[in-house]
Amino acid sequence: MSDLLSAIRQNRDFILKDWLQNLKSAVQRRDLIGDRELETQASEMLAAIAESPAGTTLEDFNNPGWQPLKAMLATLSASRATQGFSPSETALFVLSLKPSLFSVARKQRGSDADGLYADTILINDFIDKLSLHTTDSYIHGRDQVIARQQEEMLELSTPVVTLWDGIVALPLIGTLDSARTQVVMESLLQAIVQTNSRFAIIDITGVPTVDTLVAQHLLKTITAARLMGAECILSGIRPQIAQTIVHLGINLEDVITKSKLSDAFRLALERSGRKVVRIDKPGNVNSPVLRGA
Amino acid sequence: MMERIPILRIGNYLLVTIQVDMHDKLALTLQDDLTTRISEVNAKGVLIDISSLEIVDSFIGRTLANIASMARVLDAHTVVVGMQPAVAITLVELGMSLPGIRTALNVESGMEYLRETVTSPEEGDDDNGDSTED
Repeated sequence: MSDLLSAIRQNRDFILKDWLQNLKSAVQRRDLIGDRELETQASEMLAAIAESPAGTTLEDFNNPGWQPLKAMLATLSASRATQGFSPSETALFVLSLKPSLFSVARKQRGSDADGLYADTILINDFIDKLSLHTTDSYIHGRDQVIARQQEEMLELSTPVVTLWDGIVALPLIGTLDSARTQVVMESLLQAIVQTNSRFAIIDITGVPTVDTLVAQHLLKTITAARLMGAECILSGIRPQIAQTIVHLGINLEDVITKSKLSDAFRLALERSGRKVVRIDKPGNVNSPVLRGA
Repeated sequence: MMERIPILRIGNYLLVTIQVDMHDKLALTLQDDLTTRISEVNAKGVLIDISSLEIVDSFIGRTLANIASMARVLDAHTVVVGMQPAVAITLVELGMSLPGIRTALNVESGMEYLRETVTSPEEGDDDNGDSTED
């Protein structure tokens, strides 16, 4: 059957031209990709098929000779995934090669109906496998995008800020689950070590709900910080959350709690022997109205 | 030769720096040595630096707690300093919050704590600055 492959090699230019014509009508999202880029990708893929080493056949998709083609398609579909193409649009890129290959097979076989049938089956099979491979790679690429975004969100959502020399704060925003709490705990403890902080304020103003699991995670974090020699202050507990905590029977008695972050900060300053005072300005005139009268 | 963790004496205090991975026997030896030393030199404070300790299990955790309690019985305050985040997380996950142990961030603040508690015993100057300012 390798005569089909050699026919493809011989008619490479014709196939490319025909395929590009199909592609241009098939690919809908012309705003996302230019003619030039499409052309380069098509000729690259065709080259990967035509320049496959001797001994590779269209029947055997798992042949190592197809490895470059697969790799090329994998990067192509991964980039399509990030560009914002839909899976079917990505698969269409490969599928639109079919008609061009059919016409080559037809030219080759002439009136040999059996041979043409066999070739058609072969081309169908090969292109379908290719397009499945493309879809797989597309999904893989999109998975990676999602994973990266999750990671970034995780990092964004747990910033540890230094309020003062020796006082760090962790403003928590959003729902806490086990995975996130793990990150929160680690980054807080890490920050305590790095900044040599004796006080850590955990502010949960932005946490919408606190259930037993979240409370347990918070308590673990606080205990771990204590073991390291830092004191934790919990702040920003909203009235509803306070009610929930008591109804759930969570014991927060060993934890210092403050209603606002500012109160917690003041306590931390006090405990570290500091105090914030107002400076009286010397030239402060309070009654400009009287002067005019 | 048997492995031992050195116990240094600085005035009234004993300083223990754990720089190797603790195994059970070593921990028990330390417990023996330390209690002996405390009564020998009549120490008032014990500082255990575990900043190089990277692996901890429930036995080591319990031994640390025991050492602290024993020292308390012998009239010495114990402070454990420099616990690594990973060790702290492990202990918490093991359910050991070590409520009886006093902790500090580093040797410096640990010494500060010892000086405060040991030189001025029973003075109770902890919470006198609570309600003076508002």
